[in-house]
Amino acid sequence: MTSVPAEYGLILAALLFAIGLAGVLARRNIIFILLSIEIMLNAAGLAFISAGSKWGQADGQVMFIFILVMAAAEVSVGLAIVLQLFHRIRTVNSDEANTMRG
Amino acid sequence: MMTFFYISAAVALISSVLAISRSNAVHALLYAIVSLLSVALIFFMLGAPFAAALEVVIYAGAIMVLFVFVIMMISSGPGSTQQERRWMNFRLWIGPSVLSAVLIIELFAVMSPPPEPMSAKPIIESKQVGIALMGPYMLGVELSSLLLTAGLVGAYHLGKRKDDAAQTEDVTIHD
Repeated sequence: MTSVPAEYGLILAALLFAIGLAGVLARRNIIFILLSIEIMLNAAGLAFISAGSKWGQADGQVMFIFILVMAAAEVSVGLAIVLQLFHRIRTVNSDEANTMRG
Repeated sequence: MMTFFYISAAVALISSVLAISRSNAVHALLYAIVSLLSVALIFFMLGAPFAAALEVVIYAGAIMVLFVFVIMMISSGPGSTQQERRWMNFRLWIGPSVLSAVLIIELFAVMSPPPEPMSAKPIIESKQVGIALMGPYMLGVELSSLLLTAGLVGAYHLGKRKDDAAQTEDVTIHD
């Protein structure tokens, strides 16, 4: 039974990252934008795990844990901002949020 | 092993594309969870079972629950019961269910042979990860605890109702 080469994992990570980037660029609903960012962060974690698996070191998983921590902090603040925005302008369309006030 | 990798990679790509292209947020969330689960299976095949468990517990569990909370808070209102009924329609659940069924069949297939043949790729246990975390990456652990504290304080501050702020604003205007 042959094992999975790390290059394939990296290719898959690149494809997933491209999908997430397309979601960030194409969608205007803020919740979808945050979801696409999650997909991109997940792809970055997959790249780290693939590299760590290629070299047989634990560093890849350590970096994945750091990415996980960052994603958790980012999504909690981001969703709090989404709720605040929804209370103010009653929509989650990011094009509507085009005014700034001190 | 390569066949399993191809299957879960295909499931990950399909569910990610569907997750960013659905118009309904709850459907997109379901597909995103399937995408995370398939990536967790790929982690397992790459010899990182600890990362796979973390992916399921934190990403597919905790972070997606936050998304569900926010979607439910935003869409609560008079029409929400009607919307709930529409979401409970089984036809909408077929796609994620089929993809998850593929994944769980594949998980059993991957785990059914004894783990000896899988050790062509060295499995990095959680013990090694913990030793690396508490050894050379100690500063990173401290920094991530600071980051989580900052996220907690920021989310608390942003999530606070603005009624108090509006009242103080009124007071200053009347003064």
